[in-house]
Amino acid sequence: MADFRTPLSRVRGLGAARSGTSHFWYQRVTAVANVPLTLFFVGLVIALSDASFAEARATLANPFVALTLILAMLSVCYHMKLGMQMVIEDYVHDELTKLVLLMLNIFFTFILGAISIFALLKIAFGG
Amino acid sequence: MVELTLPKNSRIEQGKTWPKPEGATNLREYKIYRWSPDDDKNPSVDTYYVDMDDCGPMVLDGLLYIKNKIDPTLTLRRSCREGICGSCAMNIDGTNTLACTKGVDEINGAVRVYPLPHMPVVKDLVPDLTVPYAQLSSIQPWLKTVSPEPAKEWKQSHEDRAKLDGLYECILCFCCQTSCPSYWWNGERYLGPAVLLQAYRWLIDSRDEATGERLDNLEDPFRLYRCHTIMNCTQACPKGLNPAKAIAEIKKMMVERSV
Repeated sequence: MADFRTPLSRVRGLGAARSGTSHFWYQRVTAVANVPLTLFFVGLVIALSDASFAEARATLANPFVALTLILAMLSVCYHMKLGMQMVIEDYVHDELTKLVLLMLNIFFTFILGAISIFALLKIAFGG
Repeated sequence: MVELTLPKNSRIEQGKTWPKPEGATNLREYKIYRWSPDDDKNPSVDTYYVDMDDCGPMVLDGLLYIKNKIDPTLTLRRSCREGICGSCAMNIDGTNTLACTKGVDEINGAVRVYPLPHMPVVKDLVPDLTVPYAQLSSIQPWLKTVSPEPAKEWKQSHEDRAKLDGLYECILCFCCQTSCPSYWWNGERYLGPAVLLQAYRWLIDSRDEATGERLDNLEDPFRLYRCHTIMNCTQACPKGLNPAKAIAEIKKMMVERSV
């Protein structure tokens, strides 16, 4: 089929989505939050490297540690979702594949976040 | 998905090696991309030898030597031959630049010349820039005002005028545009560095009254936010401008008006 649309019509397409800034902003916000949160996580892993199972479990049950790790999981998962979304949008051009992958990306990060937070809560409340 | 290999009919084949000019002692080898729409052949790279004693110092001088003395079918765009028209933008020695301002002495080994990357080729070194031109017109690169026209002129302070430095010098050669991987992958939806630099030139102009509408038109995950600060644009610009910074400034304006 011949395409008789003008170049300007093709370039204008469906118009500006009037979004994207919140994606940009939250990518930066979570990046900033990730700096102290991941440093805390790495420090914790090092500190617990010689600890016994019971000691490690008791440390994770500490309210401050548990809360900080929950915040870290939220921030990291959201940051991961935003980043992966951008990679998919960059490289996948088939519309259906793109939609499916974007959906799987959201599912994956939510499931991962839910599992991690559930595990932390279970330890914290001594289940 | 992104195409990492060339389609079959675009694969580059070994081309012709043209005879060396007779009696020349100071020779320079040029390897030039050739493709013609008039036959069904794949593109090829032809080898030419330029007599540097009979030719100017720039890559464009060598290309014109070849066209005038060796092979008149070699097709390229050029006009001012002094870096102000932007016509002779091409990929030279692996970087997009202007053939007229790139010295042959800056290049080691053979001078390899290809058209601007990832654009349809019209012939040889001539790319089809229809889409970037349409993208430029889509951002409406002219002064937009609602207030009654002043009797004499729209005034601007020296400080506000200085904000246009580093932007107004753009000659629209599209070296930056076609050096951007993000533009290669999403060229029809991402506006690209050259067009966004122009967009910022009008966003920052103190005389313009359409800043908000201009930002509305850019606020899009693809039009603006495909820029991932790869910086090829700034690296390539033969005029020494910084499109990546202009794009970052647009993003700052977007955040400023929404946060």
